[in-house]
Amino acid sequence: MVDKTVLARQFIEAIPHARALGLKLMQIGEGEAEISMPYNEDLIGDPRTGVIHGGAVSTILDTCCGAAVMSHPAAPGGTATIDLRIDYMRAATPGQTITARASCYHITRNVAFVRATAMDEDHDDPVATASGSFTVEGK
Amino acid sequence: MARPRPEPIQVVKHRRDAALRALVDGVPYIRFLNISFDRRGDELTGVLNFDDKLIGNPLLPAIHGGVTAAFLEVTAVITLSWEHMFPRIESGEIDADAIMTDKSIRFPKTIDFTVDYLRSGLPRDAYARAFINRAGRRYASVRVEAWQDHHSKLFAQGTGHFLMPQNRTDKS
Repeated sequence: MVDKTVLARQFIEAIPHARALGLKLMQIGEGEAEISMPYNEDLIGDPRTGVIHGGAVSTILDTCCGAAVMSHPAAPGGTATIDLRIDYMRAATPGQTITARASCYHITRNVAFVRATAMDEDHDDPVATASGSFTVEGK
Repeated sequence: MARPRPEPIQVVKHRRDAALRALVDGVPYIRFLNISFDRRGDELTGVLNFDDKLIGNPLLPAIHGGVTAAFLEVTAVITLSWEHMFPRIESGEIDADAIMTDKSIRFPKTIDFTVDYLRSGLPRDAYARAFINRAGRRYASVRVEAWQDHHSKLFAQGTGHFLMPQNRTDKS
């Protein structure tokens, strides 16, 4: 049997915008996902400090939430974002990889509820958190 | 009292366009997404110029939800910064060349941002306009709407809260 993680990685990393950001799927399964994004000067939001733009952080959080939904045992197939709220706690340290971890903590036939956290290399002090609802689509 | 003669149109346009260009083109991530801004007086419209690298769902295909969120947020921050700086751009206190180099010119920081995905983003250009609900001395609340073919059929809308740049002159 083909490893579900390998398939999921291929699926996520084949998304054109995920490739443009260099997103890498680190872990996935049972409604949980972890994705990383290497530091990239193209994603700078403030050229005076080199801090990554919040929009790029939103994208890794959204992608990670979607991956968590798709990996849930009760999810039959794809998903789309209904609503996503991001709280920005602090600027990500320039030069560091950003990692997002998402958890699909509840799922119904139609809706999946997800929470996620984005961190730089200091995993004890999050950069941003997200919470959202996603559609549950059939195969 | 005699009213002063209005400035020539090309002087006004040049000053405003140069300031807007500096504000937008100075940010690498805005160039990466290829977002530009149309200006009519002080009113701005964000334009997300479509490219295949913005795709998030290759099967539909549809624009990535993260790109939509980023486009709304960029439009909100640029509009808020623009309105915040506009009086000082007009008075000549802020020069276009100084916008990205002068460290005393500071930008609003996003506190939180919520996106409501109304329909999938089609593989074509998108437009967004931000409305400032309230800009206080410390905090601002901004609403943004985004559409593609029909302005009345929004594909996403968002609301965000921002921390306004604080005047630090009293501390230096």
